[in-house]
Parts: sequence; structure tokens; C-alpha cells
Amino acid sequence: MGEFFQITEQCSGQSFHCKAGQSVLKAMESQGLKCVPVGCRGGGCGFCKVTVLSGDYECGKMSRVHAPEEAQAKGEVLACRIYPLTDLIVECRPQPAATLTPHA
Amino acid sequence: MRKGVMRPGHVQIRVLDMDEAVKHYKDLLGLIEVDRDDQGRVYLKGWTEVDKFSVVLRQADEPGMDFMGFKCLSEEVVDQLRGELAEFGCEVEDVPEGELKDCGRRVRFIAPTGHAFEVFATKKQTGKWGVGNHNPEAWPMGLEGMKATRFDHCLLYGPNLDETLDLFRDVLGFELAEQVIAPDGKRVAQFLTASMKAHDVAFIHHEEPAKFHHASFFLETWQDVLKAADLLSMTDTSIDIGPTRHGLTHGQTIYFFDPSGNRNEVFAGGDYHYPDHEPVTWDAEELGKAIFYHDRALNERFLSVLT
Ligand code: FES
Ligand SMILES: [Fe+2]
Repeated sequence: MGEFFQITEQCSGQSFHCKAGQSVLKAMESQGLKCVPVGCRGGGCGFCKVTVLSGDYECGKMSRVHAPEEAQAKGEVLACRIYPLTDLIVECRPQPAATLTPHA
Repeated sequence: MRKGVMRPGHVQIRVLDMDEAVKHYKDLLGLIEVDRDDQGRVYLKGWTEVDKFSVVLRQADEPGMDFMGFKCLSEEVVDQLRGELAEFGCEVEDVPEGELKDCGRRVRFIAPTGHAFEVFATKKQTGKWGVGNHNPEAWPMGLEGMKATRFDHCLLYGPNLDETLDLFRDVLGFELAEQVIAPDGKRVAQFLTASMKAHDVAFIHHEEPAKFHHASFFLETWQDVLKAADLLSMTDTSIDIGPTRHGLTHGQTIYFFDPSGNRNEVFAGGDYHYPDHEPVTWDAEELGKAIFYHDRALNERFLSVLT
């Protein structure tokens, strides 16, 4: 009870605490940080994709389109659906900027 | 010219976890669960809807929309549209009666945006939930959560908006109620109606086909939208943006996500459209205000978070 893990996001160098049972994305948001993009918070959109470089965690259900099983096995997961069991180092994937301008 | 398509009849939404999804759509949105089938799909409706169901949830590995169906005036209309859809060049598939419980045969087709749509004419009518149509009371007791009154429309993202407008206007008899035009003259958003509503289905240009932006449900008042926001906070549900007002259609709205990451909207008010109305046009430079009338700025999430 009351157990905290330290999560470090490699690209920004920012770190924050995450309670046992809390998702990494939610912990980040609750501490006012923005180092991982926040989308649906439900494992559906792929916006919060990160690679876990070290540490153990549990996974909730995530869209197989954004986190296929092979990728998940390599630590490519959705931050809104991972729950740390130890301290974690994660790396955020850069996102392509969205526009409404048609290209073709 | 209207061609006998009446209204959005149903939407089938994929969810990652059925129990969580049912809790969300039933307890939080306040839809009524009306049935389940042997595939494990769950059928729901808003209390004012006369047909048996309008929302079907299916558990899958990836969230998003399976298809959206429009109800037509008669089986003859469906036959007529089937022919015209094929002539237009759509892939057309006949879905037999009973594939959805208590629903007649449906004609399914793929729009140029990549989305699957259906037209159908027959579905069991169970009447407005809890009030019926004989000396009905104003509303039924026992509604939950946001008390969503009906499934209203979907907003979908995909390519080929021009061809999709041709299909919906010329084959299905929808009208263009509102549009957003880019500086180079390209239409990047189109809101289409088969009724007097501001939109029955809307599309925003996006390179990747067949993406789902949101399914929307109608509430009676702005006060109901605020209460919906309260309920989202009470239940710690993921909010996208709002409560606010749209410039496009001028509805009062809040966006949030279901537990699988599919976006939902509940809204009140908004404009109406008659067949002799010119389309309302927004310039893409004003897109922030067109979408979020008060913030007057887009959030990245609105454009790129899709299922
Ligand atoms: S925020 Fe959408 S998948 Fe995590
Ligand atoms: Fe909407």
C-alpha cells in the first residue's frame, strides 16, 4: 500500500512518481507533465506509445493495431495501459504533426 | 433531392472489454440495454428512439466503428438504392435478415472514405422506452447517468471527400449542410443531413481511410451537457474537451472517451437544415473557432486521436 515507482522519460529527461496500480500516463498527467502525448487514455488511439527500456510492468487491454503482440513483447506499449511493478525508463516516440491540409 | 433515407439507424462500435463498455454506455451515457446475441454483441438505445436498438457493441482486439446504418422509408427504397450504389461503383454486400437481432436485411457498402455503411428499412419497433406513444408522460423514471435521448450522428475521418459527397448526395439523397474549405478551395470537412438535423453524418479529410472520430448522442439542454461533464468527473472518465460550443452547427457539446478509447459526444441545441438552405461555409483559417467556438483554437487531440 502506498508504493510508488519512479518513471523516467528518456527524451525529455523528465521523471515522475507512479502509484502501484496507476497507469504511467495518468501519473504523468496528474503531475502536470507533458513528456508523453495524451490521447484517449483508453488504449485505443496509439497516441501515447512509448518503448519501455527497463523495468517491469503489467499491461491492460490495448488496441492490437497500435500494440501488436510482437511489439508489446519488445516493450513497445501504450503508456495509458501500463502499470509499473518496478521503476521504469521509457522513451516516447515522436509523433507526426496533424494537419487538416489535404495532400492529394 | 431526398431519396427515402430517413435517419441514422444504428452504429456498431468495437470495444476492447465488453463489461467496461456496457458500464460506460449504459450507466454513464444512460442508454438502455435491450438485448444481447450469441456472438456476444450488446444492443442498446436512447430512451426516445422508437426502434428496438441503435447502438451495437462488439468486443474486438481493436476499437473503432464496424459500420453505421441508415434507416429508409421502405424495402423498395432499399432495392432502389442497392442498384444505384452498385452503379456508382460501390462494393455492395447483402446482409441477411436477422444478422442483427430483430433487424431486416441490410445492404452494406463501402464509401470512398473507407467506411462501411448500410441501408435498411425493417427493424422491430418497441416504442419509446418507458413511455410508449399513447398518452405518454414527458420522460420515463429510472433513466441513468447522462440520460442520452438518442444516437444522433457520427463524425468519420478518411480520404476522398468529394467522391463521398457525390455518393451521399446523388445516390442517397443527403444534403450538404455545412462545409470547411481550405485556402486552395478543397473541402476538408463536410456535414451531411438526410433530415432537418444539422448533420446525420460528417466527414473530415484524413489520409488514412476508415477512421472513427466520434459517435454522438443528443441531450435536451445545456444544463444536461454540464451535468454530463459532472458525471465524467465523478466517474473519472477521460474527457477530450468541453463543455463548450461548436461553431459548426452551433451545438453545445462535450467530448469524452469510452474505456476503449472511442470518442463519444453528447450535445444539445444546434442549427437545422431545410432542403432549400444553402450550405454554411467555414474557412479553414477559422477552423479553431469552427470547431471550438469559445477556445477558438484546435487541440491536436481533436485532429489526430482516432480509433
Ligand atoms: S492515449 Fe490513446 S492509446 Fe494511450
Ligand atoms: Fe458531433
